[in-house]
Amino acid sequence: MAKMPTPEELLAATPTSFPKEGWMDTKPDFHPGSFCYPAKTEILKGLGFENAHDWAPDNEDWELPENWEEILHNSLQDALNKHRSLKVFMDCCVRCGACADKCHFFLGTNDPKNMPVLRAELLRSVYRKDFTTAGRLLGKYAGARKLDKDVIKEWFIYFYQCTECRRCSLFCPYGIDTAEITVIVRQMLLDLGLGIHWIMNSVNDCNRTGNHLGVQPHSMREIVEFLCDDIETITGIRVDPPWNEKGHEVIFITPSGDYFADPGIYTFMGYLMLFHEIGLDYTLSTYASEGGNFGSFVSFDVAKRLNAKMYAEAERLGVKWILGGECGHMWRVVNQYMATYNGPTPPNMEVPVSPITGTVFKNAAATKMVHIAEFTADLIKHNKLNLRPERNNHIITTWHDSCNPARAMGLLEEPRYILRHVCNNFVEMPEHTIREETFCCGSGSGLNAEEIMDQRLRGGFPRANALRYVHDTKGVNWMGCVCALDRAALPPLVDYWVPGVTVSGLHELVANALVMKGEIPRTMDLRQEDLPFPDEDPAASEEA
Amino acid sequence: MTIAFAATLLILCVGWAGSALGLQYLLGVILPLIAGAVFIIGFIWKIIRWAKSPVPFAIPTVAGQQRSLDWIKPNRLECPWTTPAVVGRMILEVFTFRSLFRNTRAERTTIDGVPRITYFSNKWLWVFALLFHYSMLVIIIRHARFFLDPVPVCIAVIEFVDGVFQVGAPRFYLTDAFILAGLAFLLLRRVCTEKLRYISLPADYFALFLLIAIAGSGICMRYISKVDINQVKEVIMGLATLQPVDPSGIGSIFFIHVTLVSALLIYFPFSKLMHMGGVFMSPTRNMKCNTREERHVNPWNPPKHYHTYAEYEDDFREAMVEAGIPVEKQPEPKTEA
Repeated sequence: MAKMPTPEELLAATPTSFPKEGWMDTKPDFHPGSFCYPAKTEILKGLGFENAHDWAPDNEDWELPENWEEILHNSLQDALNKHRSLKVFMDCCVRCGACADKCHFFLGTNDPKNMPVLRAELLRSVYRKDFTTAGRLLGKYAGARKLDKDVIKEWFIYFYQCTECRRCSLFCPYGIDTAEITVIVRQMLLDLGLGIHWIMNSVNDCNRTGNHLGVQPHSMREIVEFLCDDIETITGIRVDPPWNEKGHEVIFITPSGDYFADPGIYTFMGYLMLFHEIGLDYTLSTYASEGGNFGSFVSFDVAKRLNAKMYAEAERLGVKWILGGECGHMWRVVNQYMATYNGPTPPNMEVPVSPITGTVFKNAAATKMVHIAEFTADLIKHNKLNLRPERNNHIITTWHDSCNPARAMGLLEEPRYILRHVCNNFVEMPEHTIREETFCCGSGSGLNAEEIMDQRLRGGFPRANALRYVHDTKGVNWMGCVCALDRAALPPLVDYWVPGVTVSGLHELVANALVMKGEIPRTMDLRQEDLPFPDEDPAASEEA
Repeated sequence: MTIAFAATLLILCVGWAGSALGLQYLLGVILPLIAGAVFIIGFIWKIIRWAKSPVPFAIPTVAGQQRSLDWIKPNRLECPWTTPAVVGRMILEVFTFRSLFRNTRAERTTIDGVPRITYFSNKWLWVFALLFHYSMLVIIIRHARFFLDPVPVCIAVIEFVDGVFQVGAPRFYLTDAFILAGLAFLLLRRVCTEKLRYISLPADYFALFLLIAIAGSGICMRYISKVDINQVKEVIMGLATLQPVDPSGIGSIFFIHVTLVSALLIYFPFSKLMHMGGVFMSPTRNMKCNTREERHVNPWNPPKHYHTYAEYEDDFREAMVEAGIPVEKQPEPKTEA
């Protein structure tokens, strides 16, 4: 990869004004770094995408199928027939511009086509031409344009430059949701055989091995064994999570990033320590070993297919309910789509009840899936955890609301409640950048591919900008979040924009503060770094 | 923008020339009747067209704390989980432009040599959008005086309040000034800010020019080149009761106004102005945020088709057994060769 410019250089290279010509006359720029690698033909074929073919984004000819216009027309017609949202969103935008400066990609690039309104116009203009009388008759004067191969290229660039974070939909007076439009356009592109490797490869792996990272069952068990070794080193306690076992009360499902990649693994260790401490009757599964759903970024049908495994495994193992780990888009799917896709739940499942506190999770009565932040907040409220937040005293943390838990769920107070009980120093980032107005990490919706790092850094700038403010003014050195993609995407972003801030999941901090029965005095945190404020050794103090 | 301006001007000229050429009946009776019909039928057609597509998924944009644990205060209106609460959210959206009220302005600055973005609350669009829409509403209600006989008390009350300053004769209506102020703001921001200029289509200017022309001609008719108001009322009553009255003899400004209004009515159902209906049908606003509590049914939910556990175990059985992971089917003992 080319040498990254410094933050100052990157921002200085951001255009300060828009192109002179109108947006219909500007062409997208294809240079290495501006696009994601294409999905492999055999992978798309295997997933059932008939028009999969070999192509390269920087080639002039994308070798589209002969009848590409017809395919797209039918695809759009089908989407319009299936989704009222799309029809309404196509028809009622007034271009008031309220969304324009709400998109992190626009703020980071100043590219006008990253204004949500214009991103949607990229499709809307074609819709007008093909599906409205005014567009047919008046053409350009009615904001319509003919679909040509350049339009498809433009879609590929700009609909893979939207992270489906839905910040714009919050500000839109008609609630126009760009995520909806983005998923549909990506689906249309897939119908032409155009997809990106980073997403479709993960989808394929998830389909076959049960998780995006393609971790096979024996390796998964091995990885987790290593993590248990680390837990033993830190606490002196051996935890032994059950795998694929029948007859437990709960199945725990979390994104694969949590057991595979740093710093997600520390969050995963946190879950295991918590479950051990409270004696939760649970099992993990190697088959349903993915909470996330890369299918949801590109296709409702693929999303449904991947999601189906959760209930299938819950039924096979005979559990009563599902506990879900910290993940962003996973919770978009679980909270808003899962019951619709694959419900009603199998007959063995029941409305979730915390076995520790007796709390009934009525809000999850249909999906029977509880977010771990809800579960843990309830434990803390009922005083079921022995916490020593002083262990985190060297940390001044802020909280990054991950887009989907915030705007597709409303999970705002639960993590904050937990955070306040496990950390003594918690500082909010400025208003308009948190809670429902939170900014995306810039790498969501399957855009955490290495090859578009420049775009990711730019997209993450608004988040980093807010973080930098509290880093500079309040000494914040830590940022918590409940999203596995955040945990993967934010560390490089933060190192770039705001060096000196550590990114972690919520349950890493919980487990650092958690006093387990029979543990040895803690001298290091889950990352095996020395605690500046270690536990007092009772033996040592007795001697003294 | 030029083309939108020209189109508006053309419509205006048609109204003026038509009345001068003795086409009063065409412009004052036939055109408004057609326009009214197009508006009503077109509006309903559009709503039906939207409604024909189902809402497969519950995708509300959640804008506040969810209802989860009893002791965490949920945000009833920003994350509504009951139908009355959704109605409340919609009322806020439709009557107070709740989402627009959130609007912020992002500004790039440099603090100590470090580039920054700062966000400021920005309510101007909200203020002027409200000003325009409510003025429009009051003006439409005021116009009901031409359609109804006797004039209901409530309309008289609105007229009284609207003209509360009692300036001039005929009395000056506040909303006449407000609507022009609102429209002027909406036009100016489109022309003056780079972002708005870049995204604006001819249709965006056309709607504004048309509304300005309508308001302008109406104001002109009331305060400057006055027309015989009794005759106007007879003509409009005739339209409302479908018993047309000959409009000839009324000043040409009336025909300009009516032609412009007719153009608006005809244009309405086929344009972005349908946001009036669309705002009620947006799934990100009009759905309950209780999606884990109640299952939302998708009428076209495709059949389940996924990689089953049995297929998965077939792929990995030996490795699973070796790793001590329970399996459904024991691997076949290896036959000695």
